[in-house]
Amino acid sequence: MAYPTDRKYTKEHEWIQASGATATVGITDHAQESLGDIVFVELPKVGAELAAGKTFGTVESVKAVSDLYAPASGTVTEINADLATSPEKVNKDPHGSWMMKITLKNAGELDALLSAADYEKFVAEEAGH
Amino acid sequence: MVDFNGWDMPVEYPAAIGCGIINEHMAVRTGVGIFDVSHMGDIRLVGPQALVAVQHISMNDASRLAVGQAQYSALLYPQGTFVDDVIVHRLGEDEYLLVINAGTREKDFHWVRDNTRQFDCAVENLSDDFTQIAIQGPKAVGVLQKLTDADLSAVKFYWITRGSVCDLKKILIARTGYTAEDGFEIYVPADEATSARVWNEILNAGKEFGIVPCGLGARNTLRLEGKLPLYGHEISDTINVWEAGLDRFCRMEKPEFVGRAALEKAKAEGVKRTLIGLEMVERGIARDGYKILGGGGREIGCVTSGSPAPFLKKNIALAYVPPEFAEVGTAVKVEIRGQGVAAQVVPTPFYKRPKTA
Repeated sequence: MAYPTDRKYTKEHEWIQASGATATVGITDHAQESLGDIVFVELPKVGAELAAGKTFGTVESVKAVSDLYAPASGTVTEINADLATSPEKVNKDPHGSWMMKITLKNAGELDALLSAADYEKFVAEEAGH
Repeated sequence: MVDFNGWDMPVEYPAAIGCGIINEHMAVRTGVGIFDVSHMGDIRLVGPQALVAVQHISMNDASRLAVGQAQYSALLYPQGTFVDDVIVHRLGEDEYLLVINAGTREKDFHWVRDNTRQFDCAVENLSDDFTQIAIQGPKAVGVLQKLTDADLSAVKFYWITRGSVCDLKKILIARTGYTAEDGFEIYVPADEATSARVWNEILNAGKEFGIVPCGLGARNTLRLEGKLPLYGHEISDTINVWEAGLDRFCRMEKPEFVGRAALEKAKAEGVKRTLIGLEMVERGIARDGYKILGGGGREIGCVTSGSPAPFLKKNIALAYVPPEFAEVGTAVKVEIRGQGVAAQVVPTPFYKRPKTA
């Protein structure tokens, strides 16, 4: 799968798309495929302060609970209310189904994240184990 | 694929072929699904005192079984707690087959052998001799009938027969299962070539019925909706028959069986905890091991099995709580990642298959 090049990726399989000081966050196609049918998404409250690398919520499949990790530090400005009633949208369109929008504390944090090409390579290597 | 008690088994089949836990679950409820359940164990008791032996170790009354009939039961420890649950099949005049859990294969075999030495009956571990395949769902009979000369319409639920299946002779066919649906379990020779051929022939025969291969994930959600116990969760060596609510499978009118005396005493003392069904009221999924909270956030019990229920479209759970919290409608909370989330006690089983006219 070709991962969109308009965003950065983390090793925890989240994506972050920045536009100036705000960014949109979601999980990747690889993540939704590994999880299987997503039945529940738990997101932070608007106003919550997030630290890069720390958990910001959970995504649940029928069988398991997985933590979501903040790709960057910032303050939550909006969450996707759609996912409360239709979590399966994340499976159907992982790169279009955003989970939260944040005001970035330090846009420079994104420099350390993976490009689409690097993420694809990372996923391929993980699978090779 | 995961390690399930030493067995390499799929949790679910690929989304790319139309599977996944939810699709597999729905296929069994509305059409037909196929499971490889060869991990289950098989113990055969045969001999002049086979019935006496079974009666001694099994809590249900096997003397009620006609040849060709099966029943759900359990093997108990002297304390009245569970060695394992089991399906007892009467294969012949003096021949019984116990189908047991994968994780307890060795334990059960040794338990049965050690507790029946005094009887004139042979105890055989046939677990590795069979590939066991379950075909489950309202359309299961349509699929299997294409592959067998046995008249399946004559086989009632929890009865068995023998017939040709995929050109294999005298195959044991049981109208049993762990899905709370109609269905069959067949026992074919365990060699890989035969097993693979039979599996593929069933998939082929099932194509017109929309058959779907199903893994452990759907196996669990299906049995949970039907309130079928899972060893290590609802039943174990520290839980007794009354707590687990399996009274109707325990025939105390049998004068003797392992565990009977302890159960008599326990009945007189009354249960301190009882198995109940819960439905989540607020958003959240109760999972195995989560705490149940009563008034004031006090811990009163624990979830034994919890999951989203794909057919019922609710989040359900089985849990042990003190009897005073067991009434249907009682409000409790489930502790999910540090927060108490509202749930209520509901009648069980959560799902019962529709009666056919």
